[in-house]
Amino acid sequence: MTELHTDYMQEGKAPTFYLEEEHHPEGSTMLGFWLYLMSDCLIFAVLFATHAVLGRNYAAGPSPADLFDLPLVAVNTSMLLFSSITYGFAMLQVERYEKKATLFWMAVTALFGIAFVSLELYEFAHMIHEGAGPQRSAFLSSFFTLVGTHGLHVTSGIIWMFVLMAQVAKHGLIPENKRRLMCLSMFWHFLDVVWIGVFSFVYLMGVLG
Amino acid sequence: MSTHAPTHEDAFEAHHGHSHGHEAGHGTFKSYVTGFVLSVILTAIPFWLVMAEVIDSPVLTAVIIMALGAIQIVVHMIFFLHMNTRSEGGWTMMALIFTIVLVAIALSGSLWVMHHLNANMMPMSPEMMKNMP
Repeated sequence: MTELHTDYMQEGKAPTFYLEEEHHPEGSTMLGFWLYLMSDCLIFAVLFATHAVLGRNYAAGPSPADLFDLPLVAVNTSMLLFSSITYGFAMLQVERYEKKATLFWMAVTALFGIAFVSLELYEFAHMIHEGAGPQRSAFLSSFFTLVGTHGLHVTSGIIWMFVLMAQVAKHGLIPENKRRLMCLSMFWHFLDVVWIGVFSFVYLMGVLG
Repeated sequence: MSTHAPTHEDAFEAHHGHSHGHEAGHGTFKSYVTGFVLSVILTAIPFWLVMAEVIDSPVLTAVIIMALGAIQIVVHMIFFLHMNTRSEGGWTMMALIFTIVLVAIALSGSLWVMHHLNANMMPMSPEMMKNMP
């Protein structure tokens, strides 16, 4: 038994009981985050379906044509669209390892995001002030739930943006931060995709009646 | 930071060159600007259609809005999210297709069921509506 063992040792064939660490392409995080986004997509799909069912039940209350201020929505949409391309510029700077430029474009993106959320909160406050709060009708309940959920997502994205700015400022564009920036990139662009559905379906088609 | 970081980052850059080619694609300046311009056009048209009341038929306008919205979602997927059939060995695309199927079932199913529920409700007079709890 011992002889056999030493034989193995001498021939260099001793079985190894650990796995060599293989090169990770860090692809699994991206796929995992994509799966999270897809599940988030289902949340929004269900809220869209709810709005599709309830969106015409005004309970003798205000209709979208009475409530929605389309120029404001157009400005809001452009804020989110600008923030999408500025985050794209940030990712381009990440690829070039330009830390300062990355931080600059992230700050610009965060500002556009804050402008978006502020305009949305202004709109909500205005509607609630006019008595068109979420408890007014089924249409308004589903409207506030859908648009509010999107707004909460954007708010989380802004907080995430500031956290990552601190991380990048402190540690630089290390692979961990690059991975996080990629995740936030997907999250941010995903929210813009959801907003396409919101402004098309909720606002524009709502006003059409 | 001052002396250490540059060499550190150079090492990553060298590492980056050969290892990330198969990952989810990175955009270029051109692709981001292309996506942005297309998005602006695809956003401006539906807003213009509704705000200027260009088309008389609301149904036709609604169809155009939804079609442009769908196209814009594809534009975002390609130019901003860099979706393609190769990233992650095709699994992101598989997940996306699966999600689209689920979303289609959830949306069409909800609308279908609730429409029938509405259509089969007992008709209500305004008096009955007033006396509702």
